[in-house]
This record gives sequence, structure tokens and C-alpha cells, in this order.
Amino acid sequence: MSEEKNPMATIYIMGKAYKVPNTLTIMKAIEYAGYRFIRSCGCRGGFCGSCTTFYRVKNDYKLYVDLACQKRVEDEMYIVQLPFMPAEKPKWDIDKMKPTTDEVIRVFPEIARCLSCNVCTEACPQDIEVMRAIQALRRGDLEDVVNLTFDCISCGACSIRCPAEITHYQVFQLARRLHGKYETIPAKHLMERVKEIEKGNFDDKMSKLMDMNVEKLKQLYKKREIEK
Amino acid sequence: MKKTEIIEGYLGYMRESIEAVEKTRAKRLKETFPLMSLEEREKILKKFHPDYKEEAKRPAKVGPNKGDLMPHEVADLLEAYPLAKPKDIDLSKVDFDVDILIIGGGGAGMTAALWANYTGANAETILIVQKLRLGDSNSIMSQGGVQAADKPNDGPGLHYLDVMGGGHFTNDKKLARRLVSDAPMLIKWHEDLGVIYDKESDGTMVTIHGGGTCRKRMHSARDYTGLEIVRSLKDEVLNKNISVLEFTSAVELLTDEQKQVAGAVLYNMETQEYYVAKAKSTILTTGGFGRLHIQGFPTTNHYGATADGIILAYRVGAKLRDLDAVQYHPTGAAYPEQIVGLLVTEKVRGLGAQPVNKNGEQFVYPREPRDVEASAIIRECYKRNNGIETPTGMKGVWLDSPMIEILQGEGTIAKKLPAMLRQYKRFDIDMTQDPILVFPTLHFQNGGVIVKENAETTVQGLFAAGEVTGGTHGKNRLMGNSILDYSVFGRIAGINAAKYAKKAKIGKLTLNHVTKYKKMLKEAGIETDRKAPILLPEYRGEKVLSRTLEIF
Ligand SMILES: Cc1cc2nc3c(=O)[nH]c(=O)nc-3n(C[C@H](O)[C@H](O)[C@H](O)COP(=O)(O)OP(=O)(O)OC[C@H]3O[C@@H](n4cnc5c(N)ncnc54)[C@H](O)[C@@H]3O)c2cc1C
Ligand code: SF4
Ligand code: SF4
Ligand code: FES
Repeated sequence: MSEEKNPMATIYIMGKAYKVPNTLTIMKAIEYAGYRFIRSCGCRGGFCGSCTTFYRVKNDYKLYVDLACQKRVEDEMYIVQLPFMPAEKPKWDIDKMKPTTDEVIRVFPEIARCLSCNVCTEACPQDIEVMRAIQALRRGDLEDVVNLTFDCISCGACSIRCPAEITHYQVFQLARRLHGKYETIPAKHLMERVKEIEKGNFDDKMSKLMDMNVEKLKQLYKKREIEK
Repeated sequence: MKKTEIIEGYLGYMRESIEAVEKTRAKRLKETFPLMSLEEREKILKKFHPDYKEEAKRPAKVGPNKGDLMPHEVADLLEAYPLAKPKDIDLSKVDFDVDILIIGGGGAGMTAALWANYTGANAETILIVQKLRLGDSNSIMSQGGVQAADKPNDGPGLHYLDVMGGGHFTNDKKLARRLVSDAPMLIKWHEDLGVIYDKESDGTMVTIHGGGTCRKRMHSARDYTGLEIVRSLKDEVLNKNISVLEFTSAVELLTDEQKQVAGAVLYNMETQEYYVAKAKSTILTTGGFGRLHIQGFPTTNHYGATADGIILAYRVGAKLRDLDAVQYHPTGAAYPEQIVGLLVTEKVRGLGAQPVNKNGEQFVYPREPRDVEASAIIRECYKRNNGIETPTGMKGVWLDSPMIEILQGEGTIAKKLPAMLRQYKRFDIDMTQDPILVFPTLHFQNGGVIVKENAETTVQGLFAAGEVTGGTHGKNRLMGNSILDYSVFGRIAGINAAKYAKKAKIGKLTLNHVTKYKKMLKEAGIETDRKAPILLPEYRGEKVLSRTLEIF
């Protein structure tokens, strides 16, 4: 990568200035500068939420947050990463709970302290309407919580900004599990197939397939009908 | 329009090519490029698939697979020296004394831990060691879905045929049978845990086709299938109080005088301290090797996919298979540079997007098997010179995503591919309006450590499950069968490791196998300063690396 082709940007990694190509993501820019990640780097593709990064840019008072693996650097960017979200994981036994928002609020009573400031929503790199989800919980609509928060990658950005000190990603995890376990209808065809397999209904057929020579198997493979 | 000006995410010269794509769209909506014949497929694979490049492979010089062909990148690691010298490690001080040690905390590792626990192993006798955070793995990244033959028009027999055909009939038949037979049970388990699969209002699973399936049996959770499964598993592992050691890697297995595996030497990635973990049974769930960037390809894989598991297993004498077969996903992102190599899920083609060249012409049927589709794209770019070159010199072809909105209705992409849409939006590209640029990317380790149906490797005391293993998929895995793989065999590994631990007697810990391996390397004339496992890829800037001093 030659410097003429790619204009450089100056970024400040925890206060120290580095020149990096301005096309890089924050993650690749930090590496280009010479750091090797142990923390704050996981999937490198926007799925794991381990690379939460806070930054400011010159002449702007606002504090921004984004995923280092997804966000491109800007000139005069001041960067710090959130390597770990300090929070206790409350333990629950999902088999003994009821699918109500009261159950969720019992585990996380701090939900009641929400000030409706919407800082959480502004922080979310996944564009989740975090505050609306918290309000849906207080309203008693578990399904709405699930739909609003399905794309949550537990990056912790909302939680570190929240004045009510709610750990949203844990709240949403409980909500999703309760909804998934109790409020969605179990698939009947799945249950039946599991029973059929347990009873051994397919055993003979499978054994025959296993004993078949490759040529015959290939014939069967070629002849199989493709569902439209 | 200036050639280098960026307009809605694309440079001016790319916009010109997009105009060509738009011009042919109406016509293409009515016609699809024909499927290749088996002969044509064979020809294109031989000429253009990276696996068929002889100069990219060499036979292993040492060990149980001596003489087997594998990519240089893998052979290099098998023919590398251990990270730590056995004499520097004090095996008389055991830091963790557990029944079951699980190396790797992705889908396979967490599934194994939970099923070991259900089988009666106490949570405090199980230890998961994980290089990154718990769950940060390939498993959390899978988007498309998971296969299981649970619909009335389907059955394990048909699923079996697809698995075998997909693997060009090179699969281990017993493993394949187990995979398809246990599939519905594992999906049911997920359902019971509260994993939210896409369903109709009456509870019927929404299932679609994947490459190489004869029935619609791909179950998904929007395009966050992996995320939804992994976060549920993780929640449950933590609820059950199973111990997890994060940012710690296994760097060597331990054996006893009976040569059975007896735990591992661990390495704290931050403090660089080593720990001795003694275990009655050890499960290897370290995933694949995408980050080796075989033949220089970009990859879809997570940061920790560096083949550690196969290296560790090989040193204790475990046999490997099919490592010569590498899966390249036909559609990785080729532009913008920030996301090069990341996955553009097969679902995009499944929903109707066609691959087209710089002139807006189709050149391949959109859903050929993965290896064939990838070869056709490589040919279009490098033989026929019909690719679009990016500013970094990479080439790619268009995937005409706006077709999805026309074929399936406006808003389909937002509903069915939210992760994809978001990823491109971040770089000002709107895939509902404009096509996206793609090129094959290194995706999956087809082969790996040989296991039996009970998830045992060829070495006593060592179990393995997930992408680190070989055999289930033969030389080519179908989409949706590896989430299934880690679920089915993770469960089996957990159950059997728990049973095994009840009877196992571990003697004196040794690293004799490492000393022996070193000797073997020397005798084979391998003089090198390569060390393995590598644990993490090296991405620091070249200029920095050339100037580093090791002072402390
Ligand atoms: C982008 C993407 C999309 C995919 N989509 C699909 C799909 O739609 N359907 C499907 O079926 N499959 C899909 N796959 C494949 C599938 O996700 C993986 O094959 C599967 O999840 C592997 O699970 P695993 O548990 O074996 O490995 P992983 O999930 O990779 O977990 C292994 C873990 O072990 C850790 N580890 C590695 N070495 C060490 C060490 N030395 N010490 C300690 N820890 C270590 C790793 O960091 C990692 O966290 C996809 C893969 C990718 C990358
Ligand atoms: S809701 Fe919170 S934890 Fe979840 S992705 Fe958004 S900011 Fe991150
Ligand atoms: S940041 Fe906290 S207090 Fe503010 S709206 Fe969000 S949840 Fe409520
Ligand atoms: S590294 Fe996983 S979201 Fe950025």
C-alpha cells in the first residue's frame, strides 16, 4: 500500500498519534500502527461485539461508539477500546421461570430506574432501539422486546453509557430465551420426527444405505428429486 | 462522472460498470444461465479451483500422515517446532486438576460442556479454555442456517444422500449417518433452550434450500443463526457455573506414561504465564484454519482460526485426514477494502441474485456447488478478464442483489438479510439499489482430526468435535451441516468424555511426545525457526515488524 495512492489519516490510539491509511477500519489501523490484539478482537466481521470502541473527532464534543472491525478511521480520531464490560452475570434456571416481563424485571430491578434519556439507543452500533426495548419490557410486551433486540451482539456500548446502570444485553438475553422457550409454539413436525427416529423407524433404511456400494449410492444421488 | 470520485459507496469507474448491470437486469430477470454438465464441472475445477493447483501443496515429511498431500501453510505448521521447551515446564505443579478439559469455547466446546454436565459431570469438574472470549469463534458468525431432516417430505436417508454427494462420496459413512440421524434431536434441544428459529405462526419451521440439498431443510434465525445459537449456549454454560478460562490457549497436550492424553499446557495470552491442566478426558474443539490464509486468500473466519487443534493432536500421534481439501466460499466481499473476505451468505443467491461480470453478463448458474461456482468466478476474473478491479488491485464480479427486491418484493433484504444490509450500509453501499462486488474467500476446513462415531480420536483420552475433525463431510461440506456437526458431535463428545472420565486413571504427566516429535523433525532434516501453534495471525504493519526490538 503506497502512501501516494492512499491518503493517510492521523489517529490517536489512547492518546498517541499514528499515521495510517485512511481506508482502513479502526481494527486494521490499530494493527497497522503496530499493535497486536489479544482482546477487543474476535470475529472481525461485526458479529461478536468484542471490539467496542469509543472515539471523538476534532472540533466535535460528542463521544461516539462503534465496532472497530466495521468502522473506518477518520482523520483526527481519538480512540479507546472497551476490552471488557464489568458486570456480574446473574444466573437463572430457565426451566423454572415464567415468560413474563415481571420475571425479567425481578432479575434486573434496575430497569425501573430508566430515565428515558435515549443515550443507549444513540450508542448502539447495531442501530437497535434500545430505549424502546426497555420501555416494551416495562409495558409487558416480551415479544416486542425480542423483535427489537434480535440483532444485539452484546457489545456493551449501551450499558456503559446508561445512567440507570442497566446491563441491557443481559436483560435482552433473558427476554429472548423466555420468549423462545415459552411463547413460540414448538414445531410439531420436529417433535414427531424425533420420536420416529427414537423408535428406530429409519434404522433399516439407513443400514441399507450404509451397505450400498458407492456406484449404487451415486445412482440414487443422481436420481433424487429436488424439491421445488 | 470522475473515475475516482466516490458516489454512494462506489468509485466512478465502478458506477459505469453498474450501469451496464442495470441495463441487462430486465432481460436477466427472465433467464438464468444454464447448469454445467458433470464433464464441464470437472474441467473447470481442474483448471481453476485453487485445490487443484499442484504447486500449492506438498506431502507431509513426518508423523502419522507422512506422505499425505496438504497445503504448504498446514505442512509448515506440522513441520514446526513447539512453542515451549518441555524442560521449562514444571509438570509436578498442577494448576488445574479437572475431570474434563475442553479446549476451545465455540459451538462444539460449549455443547460438549453442557452435555458432559447433563451426563453427570459436575460443573466444577469441567474446564473450558478459550483463546478469546467465550463464544468468539466461527460459530458466532454463521448466518445461513442449519440442516435437519424434520419435514414430512424429508428424512435422514435423503439428508444422508446429500451429505455423501456433497462430499463426493469420500465421507466417513458412520459419521455421516450419525450426523443426519441425530439432527432433529439437536434442533429440538435448541428449541427447548429457547433458541428462536424462524417459524410460521403455527410453530412450523421455515426451511429453505442450501447448495446441494434435495429438500428444503435449512433452519435459520434470520441471518444471525450462529449468533442466536451461540449466545443461548453461552448463557446456559454460565448459568450452570461451568468454569471458563478466557484469553488462555492450549499450547501442547499432556500425556502420561501410558501415552494417553492427560490434559494440556495452557498459556495466559496476557501475562504469558503457563499453567498445567491435568484432566481425565480432554476434548479438542478448536475449530478451523481460515486465518492461515491458504494460497493468500482472504477469509471469512474469526481471529483465532489458526489450526492449533490439528497441530496439538498430531504431536500426540493422532491421525488426520482430508486436509488437502479446502473450502472456498464463492462469494466473499471484494469491496470495500474494509470488509474484504467477509462472507456474503449463499442466501443472497438463494433469494435470486445472479453473479454477473463487468459488462452485466451472466457467466454461471447462480447455485452450482460451491467449488464449481468459485472456479467460474475465478475464471471470469483472471482468464476472461471480465472482473472489476478494485483500488487495491483485487478483482471481483457483481452479485446483482437488487434482483431480490424485484423478485421477492420490496423490503425482503431488510427482513431476511439484516446483517448483510447493515454491513454494506456502514460503507454507504445500499445493496437493495446497487449490486455488490464478490470474489471467493477461504471459508472452511473440510478435513481434520480423525474421530470415531463416539467422538474419540485415534489417541486414548482425546476426544474431538466440530470443525477441527475430519471425515463427516469428506472432501466438501455442504452449507448448514457444520452447525449441525458441532451440535451432534459436541454432544457425543461431552457425553463420552464424561463417561470416560469416570473410569480413567491418569499416571505421571509427561511431555515425552513433544521431545520425541522434535527428534523426529531433526531426523527428517527439518531445520527451521518456525514455531507452532501460532495462536493468532500476524497483522501488524510490515514497517513496524521490521523495526521491532525484543527488549522485554
Ligand atoms: C462467516 C461464517 C459463516 C458460516 N455460516 C455457516 C452456516 O450458515 N451454516 C453452517 O452450518 N456453518 C456455517 N459456518 C461454519 C460453522 O460456523 C463452523 O464450522 C462451526 O461453527 C465450527 O464450530 P467449532 O465449535 O468447531 O469451532 P469455532 O466455533 O471456531 O470455535 C473454536 C474456538 O476455539 C478457540 N481456540 C482455537 N484454538 C485454541 C487454543 N489453542 N486454545 C484455546 N482455544 C482455542 C477459537 O478461538 C474458537 O473460539 C460458517 C462459518 C463462518 C466463518
Ligand atoms: S443493544 Fe447494547 S449491547 Fe446490544 S448491540 Fe446495541 S449497544 Fe451493543
Ligand atoms: S440509557 Fe439507560 S436510562 Fe437512558 S433510556 Fe437507555 S435504559 Fe433508560
Ligand atoms: S470483532 Fe467481532 S464485532 Fe468486531
